[in-house]
Amino acid sequence: MIAELGLYALVLAAVTSLLQGTVPLIGAARRRRAWMDFADHAALTQLILVSVAFGCLIALFVFSDFSVRLVAANSHTQKPMLYKVSGAWGNHEGSLLLWVFILALFGAAVARFGQALAPTLKARVLAVQGLIGLGFHAFMLATSNPFERLDPAPADGNDLNPLLQDPGLAFHPPMLYLGYVGLSVAYAFAVAALIEGRVDPAWARWVRPWTLAAWTALTAGIALGSWWAYYELGWGGWWFWDPVENASFMPWLMATALLHSASVAEKRDAMKSWTVLLAIIAFGLSLMGTFLVRSGVLTSVHTFASDPGRGLFVLALLAIAIGGALILFMVRAPALGQGGLFQPVSREGALLVNNLLLSAAAATVFLGTLYPLFLDIAGGGVVSVGPPYFEATFVPMMVPLALAAAVGPMLAWRRGDLLAALERLWLAGLAAVLAVLATLWLKGAAIGPVIGMALAAWLAVGAVTEWAERTKLLGASVGESLRRARHLPRAAYGMTLAHLGLAVLIAGVTASSAWKEERVLRMAPGDSVEIAGTRLTLEAVEPVVGPNYTAMQARFITDGGATMTPQRRSYWVQGTLTTEAAIRSSGLADLHAVIGEGDGAEGWVVRLYHQPLVPWIWLGALMMVLGGLLSLSDRRLRVAAPRKATVPAAAAQV
Amino acid sequence: MRRLLRFALFALPLLSLALLVAWFALALAPGRDPSLVPSALIDKPAPPISLPSIYPDRPGFSSADLQGRVTVVNVFASWCVPCRAEHPVLTHLAREEGVPLIGLNWKDRPEAARAFLAELGDPYERIGSDPGGRAGIDWGVYGVPETYVVDAAGNIRYKHVGPLSKQDVEETILPILRRLGR
Repeated sequence: MIAELGLYALVLAAVTSLLQGTVPLIGAARRRRAWMDFADHAALTQLILVSVAFGCLIALFVFSDFSVRLVAANSHTQKPMLYKVSGAWGNHEGSLLLWVFILALFGAAVARFGQALAPTLKARVLAVQGLIGLGFHAFMLATSNPFERLDPAPADGNDLNPLLQDPGLAFHPPMLYLGYVGLSVAYAFAVAALIEGRVDPAWARWVRPWTLAAWTALTAGIALGSWWAYYELGWGGWWFWDPVENASFMPWLMATALLHSASVAEKRDAMKSWTVLLAIIAFGLSLMGTFLVRSGVLTSVHTFASDPGRGLFVLALLAIAIGGALILFMVRAPALGQGGLFQPVSREGALLVNNLLLSAAAATVFLGTLYPLFLDIAGGGVVSVGPPYFEATFVPMMVPLALAAAVGPMLAWRRGDLLAALERLWLAGLAAVLAVLATLWLKGAAIGPVIGMALAAWLAVGAVTEWAERTKLLGASVGESLRRARHLPRAAYGMTLAHLGLAVLIAGVTASSAWKEERVLRMAPGDSVEIAGTRLTLEAVEPVVGPNYTAMQARFITDGGATMTPQRRSYWVQGTLTTEAAIRSSGLADLHAVIGEGDGAEGWVVRLYHQPLVPWIWLGALMMVLGGLLSLSDRRLRVAAPRKATVPAAAAQV
Repeated sequence: MRRLLRFALFALPLLSLALLVAWFALALAPGRDPSLVPSALIDKPAPPISLPSIYPDRPGFSSADLQGRVTVVNVFASWCVPCRAEHPVLTHLAREEGVPLIGLNWKDRPEAARAFLAELGDPYERIGSDPGGRAGIDWGVYGVPETYVVDAAGNIRYKHVGPLSKQDVEETILPILRRLGR
């Protein structure tokens, strides 16, 4: 009954999205107000219908209704409640439903908060969103119905892949989808602007919060995924340049670029066609990621159950959505105009450098991810180019990016003074030199880590310097500085915090990859081993029983008296083995213990890692997310953008 | 001319997308056979090789190891996910079938490779360490994993790109090995 109700709501939602995608478009072209306003009602109806469908799916998982194929394939009565709920979206069909749910949520948000938008623009944005929704509804109903029945119903389910039964992963997909769908809003704005034939600062002001929201969610989603890989896969790494990771990383890079270029479009009315193109590409890369993951054309650690038929559908969706947008771009973008001119050395110039570097970085990731696929089509098999390629191409591009991230905010709009900016950054320069010396002294001469630590110090102090200048921390009275600090817009704090977060992240990445210590050995109870100055003694290895698994658990005691208990779990239902690493973090370094194969006679294979500053990677990401949230809460965005006097005129022009 | 250039510039994204979509569509075409790999080195002598082992106390991998018996050379790396997938198949090939298996550890750190093999087991008779990927260039390695069959005279007779499946071994690798007189 619940399944049928869900399916019914889904079909109605598909019909609604068809109407939402057509009626307002015609209304905007013919200037019929009622037809345009229909978009608002359609968006709200869409949200209600999809919520009902999504709620039904979650209910089916919670009640363990195994007469539904999806539940039987992915759930089990003995699974903890959190994973019953998250199991609803931990699979292909359910994740699509989550996708359209978030899309509907954002559509309703545009309808609700977009009162100040020009009516034609708003109608078109919502219509484009309706069309995207239609594509996904059609995809779901045609190839991946989440409510399909199973007859006869099995007595119990097949369980969720144990690797995915994890709190980090319960929230990783929804965060990523928030990001992807947020980018679809930016895309909808871009297409609507191309249909309107104009991009102005008011448009950019609307695109920015959506991009910012998408970027924040993507950052959080990627960080959660990498954290999960770090402690769950137990390989001692946190990023593997896996195709699926890259599929989420490319949209992030483009969203970062879009965030920066949209600020140029907003403040200076420049780089307009570029910003529109970035919005289209960012969403295009999200769709491409979906294609790569769902079609099974690439081998990866976490490919979903793949199916060429589904792949073809997503590919068609990609071709229509992005192809259509790019045709519009080809026809309309040349007329968008240049906008404000600027000197190469200026805030705009620095942001352009940022955009070029990020795009080039995305291009290298793109090539590295797709090269194996291209080779495959050309007749080779599926191979992996892996970290060596990315370390040689991607990492060097981050160096100028981090350098520029400190300088850019110091430059004035239109025409900046590079020498003066560098002079004001003397403290950051000093910090970088000190970081070089400290690294050389503590760890010896190796060019990579020296550069990395210097960059982190440069960017961190640079970001704080910019804030200190804006608050006149040096040179004005304390009261004056406090007053300035209070009146500084939250968006400014957001930027400072995000740049600071990047610096922390760079330090974490550099230190953890350069100074990682690793021990692999066979240990019997009573043996002890030393790693990075800590002595670990293996006390015992004993069986333990969890809610839906049994495990061999090793008990290590450190010389500080702390206990570490890595496990090797065997899940009953799927018969899968997973390793649960034990991690002790001091905030400055992580000690990571993993237990492998072995027995009482010969001892156990034990892997130990000591990784300095590795927690800083996620601390940095967290700071970036907080920076994004802070910026989102800026007054300028909370109070609806001022109604432009030119709106009626603009409407008349089209 | 300028107008044409300008138009071309704005049409470029569309063109790139068209190429990409066409390429992806090919990827989905049924009946692709990934095991057909053109290699310039088939039936030619294996390129000279001399690499240290990934283990400090064991002999490395040199051309002499390929003489006088039929061998299988497997290119792998600890960071490579498909290598994990083919690992049980390789183990079967070496332990059950008794095929002399030589590893070429490509673009990898010896410590990482040792950890990888400590976790999964080490089916290789000997393993050459090629952290810079130089030997890989000589052999024409596209990426990892790849597997070569080398005959008793030291000629490369077969190359497989991508992870080996049980089926690949049963239907291709073992028949070739038998034909070569093992």
